[in-house]
Amino acid sequence: MTTQTQTGPDPKTELSSRGGGPRADRSFQVLTLAAGLLVLAVLALILITTTREAWPAFREMGLRFITQNRWDPPSEIFGGLAFIYGTAIVSLIALIFAVPVSIGIALFLTELAPRRLRAPAVTVIDLLAAVPSVVFGLWGVLVVAPKLVPIYQWIHDVLGGIPVIGAIFGQPVGSGRNFMTAGLILAIMITPIITSIAREVFDTVPRADKDAALALGATRWEMITGAVFPHSFGGLVGAVILGLGRAMGETIAIALIIGSSTQITANVFASGNAMPAVIVSQIGESTGTFTAALIGLGVVLFIMTVIINTAAQAIVRRAEIRMRGTAS
Amino acid sequence: MTTTAPPVTRPSAGAPDLSRGALSLRRRLANQIFLGLFVVAVLVAVIPLGLVVWAVISRGGSVISWEFLTADIPNSFRRSGGGVGPAIVGTLLITGMAALMAIPLGVLGAVYLNEYGKQRPLARLIRMMADIMTGVPSIVMGLFIYSTWVLLFETRTGFAGSLALACLMLPVIIRSTEEMLRLVPDELRQASLALGARKWRTTVTVVLPAAISGITSGILLAIARAAGETAPIVFVVGITSSTNLSLFDGENTALPAQIFRNASQVFEPAQERAWGSALTLIVIVLLFTIVARIIANRFAIKER
Repeated sequence: MTTQTQTGPDPKTELSSRGGGPRADRSFQVLTLAAGLLVLAVLALILITTTREAWPAFREMGLRFITQNRWDPPSEIFGGLAFIYGTAIVSLIALIFAVPVSIGIALFLTELAPRRLRAPAVTVIDLLAAVPSVVFGLWGVLVVAPKLVPIYQWIHDVLGGIPVIGAIFGQPVGSGRNFMTAGLILAIMITPIITSIAREVFDTVPRADKDAALALGATRWEMITGAVFPHSFGGLVGAVILGLGRAMGETIAIALIIGSSTQITANVFASGNAMPAVIVSQIGESTGTFTAALIGLGVVLFIMTVIINTAAQAIVRRAEIRMRGTAS
Repeated sequence: MTTTAPPVTRPSAGAPDLSRGALSLRRRLANQIFLGLFVVAVLVAVIPLGLVVWAVISRGGSVISWEFLTADIPNSFRRSGGGVGPAIVGTLLITGMAALMAIPLGVLGAVYLNEYGKQRPLARLIRMMADIMTGVPSIVMGLFIYSTWVLLFETRTGFAGSLALACLMLPVIIRSTEEMLRLVPDELRQASLALGARKWRTTVTVVLPAAISGITSGILLAIARAAGETAPIVFVVGITSSTNLSLFDGENTALPAQIFRNASQVFEPAQERAWGSALTLIVIVLLFTIVARIIANRFAIKER
């Protein structure tokens, strides 16, 4: 598999010089290579230039930049822990809602849907991915958030008295702009990406495994738990992590919906803030170290998403290799 | 591969029919419940889509008029009337310029990956990095352009927005184009090479045309996604209330930026403008998506 000799006759066997001679060939190859290398260059440049611009803030704050919970631009104190917490909690809420739904849709599409329902269902999911995130933000802040407040209030009234759970479902803010609303809207936005990867993963399950389970008398659900899930577990983990990466970087919708207050609280009905949202809403009126600190948040975000995406891809690839190994 | 003919007449539905009576109630219920949940999951995803589209159409539809699409942006959030003409022009210019930069580079990069690099370590590295670049948050791309272009030239321009969008589109175009090039049968390349064409000629006149509709559809989807991007636009492009046709001179604006600015206002006229802009943006994005769909479908038929 490692040799690629079947790509055609060796072009070096020169019969004709039509097309500009070997130099044209060479320069075309160099041109394409340069375009490819551009990807590496941009990624490296992102890291270098943003880190350089953020350096004053990093030098000033050191590790407290990500461990201290105090964001006070006038006194030049930039501890972004609350924003990291906000990003984490919103992404977690989004995953809790999006993962089961996405896996359900993917299973519906691969195992359940009649052939003629499949195409329209895929189209709908694709359309969901096509809606710009700012439109979700607009809808979330003007329509969804006010409507959810009574529901939050009701949940708080019912569960508020229980010790630990009560702290999570605390007193909701009146505007409805909080972690929960942001997480819910985010869940809608990451559902298409998790669904599409989960669908690809389920498609790799060998027909024979599924038929074998059915032939043994399993119901369709038992076939899914017995044959499909064990086979696709690694790929699903990858899909979820990729969704997490997408969720962490989502900016505009969160900026509109999360409520913009710097606090760390277990209460999911309280307003907070997230890294990308802070950057986009504060960089307009920032100067000096403040700007550096905001760019610094971007650097932290960049590093986190790169780590997460790399891990996800490694997991998906390993799962794929393992699957191909057992299938052959 | 010696498959004996199945005794049942319906091989695909097979087992459940045979043994349904023998199944315990618990197993039958679990099966029904979970299969039902899959359908529920689809509905859970479809309902928000319907609600968003309905909200945008019902609230934005009443705002849209010729004046709204062409007039300048009012300076005050409280004032009604006016329009988002400059933002529409800005969106088209900025996205168009981004496409102009990202398409050739993306296609060339894909040609390298599929025609030259293949499974070499460098090609695999580029492929992996392109996937990682796809996952880089758009806000980080905005910060990147901000800390290079904007701080270097000390002005916010439409071109800075184009650069940010181009960075976002590049890896998407590379990967989708490579996918399409891979579908081109090797016989085409071999035939061309056998006729004496050089490799670059083969690539440009045989391989790329063979995959052109798939490549186009991938590119259009990338453009559609870029047109809706807000985060990088907001702080590298600046703001203007009158149409700015120059990408290099003076600040500019775009539809997503207008939606973002107006959505957080309490004033009714501002919110109305946000809904109108949202409808306009969705129509633009959908046009690209639908055209991409049609082209891709046609390609699929030609492949058969």
